[in-house]
This record gives sequence, structure tokens and C-alpha cells, in this order.
Amino acid sequence: MLGLTRKDTILFLIVIAMVICAPVLLNPFPSNSALAQFNAGYPDLMQRFLIFGIFAIGFNILFGLTGYLSFGHAAFLGAGSYAGVWMFKLLSMNVLPAILVSILVAGVFSVLIGFVSLRRSGIYFSILTLAFAQMSYALAYSVLTPITNGETGLQLSLNDPRILDGVAAADGSLPVANFFGVEMRDSLDVALGGWSFTFNAGYYLCAVFMILAFYIAIRIFRSPFGMMLRAVKSNQQRMSYTGLNPRPYTLAAFVISGMFAGLAGGLMVAMDPLAGAERMQWTRSGEVVLMTILGGMGTLIGPVLGAGLIKYLENILSKINDNVLHQWFSFMPDGLENVIVTLIHPFVGKGWHLTLGLMFMAVVIFLPGGLVQGGQKIAALLRRKKADPNTVKQPAE
Amino acid sequence: MESIILQILTGLDKGSAYALIALGLTLIFGTLGVVNFAHGALFMIGAFCAVTLHRLLQFSHVVIDETQTDFLGNPRKIEVPYIYDWLGEPLGRAVIDWSVPLAILFAVPVMILIGVIMERGLIKHFYKRSHADQILVTFGLAIVLQEIIKAFYGANPIPMGAPSAFVGSFDFGVLVGFDVNSVIYPYWRLVYFGFSMVIIAAVFAFLQFTTFGMVVRAGMADRETVGLLGINIDKRFTIVFGIAAAVAGLAGVMYTPILSPNYNMGMDFLVLSFVVVVVGGMGSLPGAVLAGFLLGILQSFASMSVVVETIPGINQVVIYLVAMIILLVRPRGLMGRKGVMED
Repeated sequence: MLGLTRKDTILFLIVIAMVICAPVLLNPFPSNSALAQFNAGYPDLMQRFLIFGIFAIGFNILFGLTGYLSFGHAAFLGAGSYAGVWMFKLLSMNVLPAILVSILVAGVFSVLIGFVSLRRSGIYFSILTLAFAQMSYALAYSVLTPITNGETGLQLSLNDPRILDGVAAADGSLPVANFFGVEMRDSLDVALGGWSFTFNAGYYLCAVFMILAFYIAIRIFRSPFGMMLRAVKSNQQRMSYTGLNPRPYTLAAFVISGMFAGLAGGLMVAMDPLAGAERMQWTRSGEVVLMTILGGMGTLIGPVLGAGLIKYLENILSKINDNVLHQWFSFMPDGLENVIVTLIHPFVGKGWHLTLGLMFMAVVIFLPGGLVQGGQKIAALLRRKKADPNTVKQPAE
Repeated sequence: MESIILQILTGLDKGSAYALIALGLTLIFGTLGVVNFAHGALFMIGAFCAVTLHRLLQFSHVVIDETQTDFLGNPRKIEVPYIYDWLGEPLGRAVIDWSVPLAILFAVPVMILIGVIMERGLIKHFYKRSHADQILVTFGLAIVLQEIIKAFYGANPIPMGAPSAFVGSFDFGVLVGFDVNSVIYPYWRLVYFGFSMVIIAAVFAFLQFTTFGMVVRAGMADRETVGLLGINIDKRFTIVFGIAAAVAGLAGVMYTPILSPNYNMGMDFLVLSFVVVVVGGMGSLPGAVLAGFLLGILQSFASMSVVVETIPGINQVVIYLVAMIILLVRPRGLMGRKGVMED
């Protein structure tokens, strides 16, 4: 289907199904039960799953295939966000032009940065991209204030021109982002017994883009172009000896991943029309690296899993405070309860970064292929157990 | 003229910190071939060694002073640090006042221990893996170390004072014949600069004039041959890692009066120190020191109001700009050796 092999088609269909059903799948607990805080099925979080999924898919095209570790991808995310908000301010509140322009601006930006940075490889490349991103961040805070609105962040205001939409609503409230009339924050609440599910318009817009991005990624991974990118990773010297110049391929990969980041930035502002310079900070770039590694670099589904996991933990773990912990362990004797709460306390709530750091280290040390490799290992283990009796029976030839 | 001298002086203390961190980074890279993203965290831990010692010294017990009364007429309760009881009040007061310099003695063993544990426990297993993996695992470690410090000390900066003898500024202008107060410079920054020079000199002397240093230098040049000569190079490199950690830690200890330590101070310095290392040339110790001072001074020149007015925003980006130009024009950096990191 669509030029995919059977295996890829199945994977693609599974992803589509998961994304469409996510509002239901991610809300497995009734909304008034004690476990409801583990539900992830609210629009804001699900949108972030998809947006960061797109960001990580794009990053993976560069890092997973060519092995170039960029520490500056947040710059494209930020550039895309600013471009998106400007489109909202100048043209119209329709999200489509905003998102398209975000992709375009991030693409142009990444051609510039990529052209310079890709002259070097290895750690020098990482430092160069880091330097560019930090520069953009610093400039967004200082000189570019007319464009970026500095520390306050770029916001919509009532006296924006908005050529297509005309003036703001009569009641003086800010206009909302929409897709040909469908407002991004429109959602349909369905209550089924104890469960309540929210189907949000913005989420499904993200879903369309994410599925599109995922499809493009599959095609790139399976194409001759993807093969060339892998060649860059495995042996650049041999590649150039066979008469191929690796530079155009790496630059193309860099720009594609930059455009994915721009798309993520555009979607981010489509969901919440606000762009700040902190989106360009290098810790953001570090975050996407974490996501890709955690999920499994160089795999198709890995980055999406990593992005989902990190965003889920960020939301869920940081919500757990001491009161919640005491509630959970209230069945224990008091002394033991306090001991356990004290033990868990540093890892949740404000300290969830500690959990993240430890998890990340564990993955890098023991599972360089990330969660996907972990899954494969488990699957292989199960298969071997199942296959064992058959192999014994086979006669020696 | 006055303002130029002032800018050079202002650049020196930041440059000293960059130079010290970059020196440690280069030591680790040159010996072990590992790109250590956790080096900024070591700087930060050093700063918190000073905080810890300061707090330990101030452990106190309550004494009821009958001669004074508070506003309700009750005898006033006074907290007396234990150290007053042991050393007498004047000496105890002096010790607390001097807690930052004293923290050097406390930080050296702690940092060497942390460095050795880090190398033996984690980094040892990453020699054979790619640089990207090394960056990633040390990046993870940096996050963990930061969060541990945050859990213990909170997220707010903790102000630390320099010894009262060094509070105030030195009028540098009078010395060279300018007007009074034209070039003034805080004493502590002068101390910091001198201190960093001492440390840098000590590290270089250690590598240049001792047998241990000779072996380490030989190992940096050709690890395999040194191993074949029957020298246990791994053990020495572990110690070098400890020394590099201690250098970063000391840079952090002495920096506390200049910048109140908080848990993510290391990350800011780390990014800049990497730029410094790359500008100086990967694997070159003199290059790291030179580039550290150079970029520090350059940064302070760029923040002069005259310069900022001509080229807005230059003070924010000058270091990165220089790094980019150097990397593109002189890929090996200022003093880089041939064949280091040229894959």
C-alpha cells in the first residue's frame, strides 16, 4: 500500500490506528477513580505527544541515519514558532498558512546553518550547531526583540492587522486559531459510564500532520536516499572513494529534519499561539536527543515512543507530590509509610528530572538501541523459547 | 585607555574560569579520549563543596544569654556555632569568614574521589564506544548530578561571601598613574585570577617535571606503546581524571563569591567551555588556557557600551561567532595537534 512493503504497511496502519484511538486508549481509568491521574487522554498532553513525536522523527532522520549529532535543533523549533505566530498576526487565524510558513522558514534557516555546520563532522559539528542555536537564543532575547518580543514572548494582540480575517471579534477577546472555521480548542466530550473521553480538533490536526510525517519518514528510510544517509554514517571515506559526495546528502537530511522541527514549532503555536525564546535554548535540543535515544535511534517508531514516554513522565511524575504518595501507601504501618515516601520523594514531583536522567543513563549504558531494542530482545527471547522444541526435532542434514 | 584596561581586567576572571574548566576537559580528552559533558556538573559540585563547608562550620547550639533581653523581657537566646567553643570566638569567627578559601582543602579530596569513582564506575566502560555515546552518557550523568544537588540544596542561588579582608575593590588606576577610581577592580576577582594562574602552573609543572607527568604525556601521545613498555597506563589515567575533576571543582569553589552557586550553573559554563576547548584545539592544554583567557577578555570587550551600540547584541554572541569563524577557517583550533578528533 502506498509504496510500502507489507511489514511497513502493518506498522503504518498500527500507528494510524493508535493515533486515532489515542483519546480512548490513553484514558484507561474511570475519571473519578484514584488511578485517574495516570490518564494521559487530555488534549493538551496528547497534542504534545504528537508534536514532540514529529520533532523527534525529524531529528532521527538526521541523527539516526547519518550519525550527525546536532545539539541545535531547538533553533528550528523556535524559528518555526515565531514564523507561525507572525502569520497569525499578519495574515489570518487559519492554521494552515501558519504551519506552512513555519516549515518554510525553518527550512531556509536550516539550509543556512546546515551549510556552514556540515563542513565539520563529529564533535565539531555538535559544537557548531550548539553555537548557532545559542546565538539564535541570545539574539532572540536581545537584538531581535522587535521580531521576537524578547522575554515576554511573541503573542497575539487585538490590534494586529490580520489581512484576511479583518479585525478581532466584537467582544474584545483575542481570536482563536482555526482550520477553515474549526476552532483548534473545539472538542467533543463523550461520557461512557465512569469514563470520559475528549476528542479535540487540534489533536486531530496534529494527528494528520504526524501521520504524514511518519509516512515521509518511512519512505525516506526505505529509499535509495536513506541508503546513502546510512552510508554516510557507516563509512564516509569509503563513500567518497566510490565517487559520491556525502555533503549534499547530509545537507538534505539536515534540512528535512529542520523542516520537521519547524512543523513541530508551527503546530505548537497553532495549539497555543505564543512563542518564547526559551524554546530555542539548548536544553530543548538536549530534550529531543533524549527522546530519540530513549526510544531507539535509527528506528522508525523509536523517536515517537521516546517522545511519548518523556512527555508522559514529565506530566504524570511531576504531578505526584507527597500527599499523593501518602495516600498510596496509607495501607502500610506509619513508620514504613514515611520511610517509603521519603525514599520515593526525590524521584517524583519537582525531582522528576532525576528519574529522567537515571533512565536515560540506563538506556545509553545497557540498551544503546533504546526501547525498540529492548522490545526486540524480549521478543527474541520469547520466540526462542517457543521455537526450541521444533529445532530439536529437526534432523541433522 | 582606562576603559580598555578595565575591560581586560574584567575579562580575566571569567577567562580564568573558562581556562580552568577547559583545562580539565582537555586533560580528560587528551588522556582518555572521552568527551565529558559532565564536566560542568563537576564545576558546580565544587561550588557546592564551598556551600557545604560553610554550612558545616555554622552548625550551632543555643545559649541563653542572661545579660541581654529581647523585647518581651525574656533572656535572649543566641546561636553559637560549635566552632566557637572549640577554637574560641575570634578564631572561630575568622574560620567561618574564610570558609571559601578553606573549602579548597575540603574540595580537593572530595573532587578527586568523585572523579575516580566516575571514571572507574562509568566512563571506563565507554572507551570503546562512539563519541556520541560518550557525550550522551555524560550528559545523562550531568542531569543526575544536577538533580541530586537540587534535591539537597534547593533550586535557588545560595549567596556566598568572600573573606572580609577581600571585600571591596582595588584601585588599579592609581598604580599606573590614572585618576583615582578610574580603573577599580574587586579584590576577590584579583585573587581568583591569581589562584587560577597558580593552578594552571601547578598542572603544567606536574605534567612537565614529574615522572608521573612524563608517563601521562607519553600516554597521551601513544597509549599503546606506553602500555607495551609494561606501564599500567589505565591507573594513571584514572588519577588524571581525578585531577581534572579537582581542577574543575576548585574553579567552582573559588567562583562562589563571584556568582552565587545554583544547581544549573555548570551547564552554562559547560557549553562555553566546550566552545573554548574547540577554539583552543582539541587535546591541546596550552590552547585551552589561551583560548579561555582570550574568549573571556573578548567577551568583556564586546559588552562595552561603545561596541554594543555599534553592533547590537554582539556581547551575547561574540564567543559563538569567534568559535564558528575559527572552526571554519582553522578547523584544528588555535593550537590543535594533527590527527586529534579528525574522523
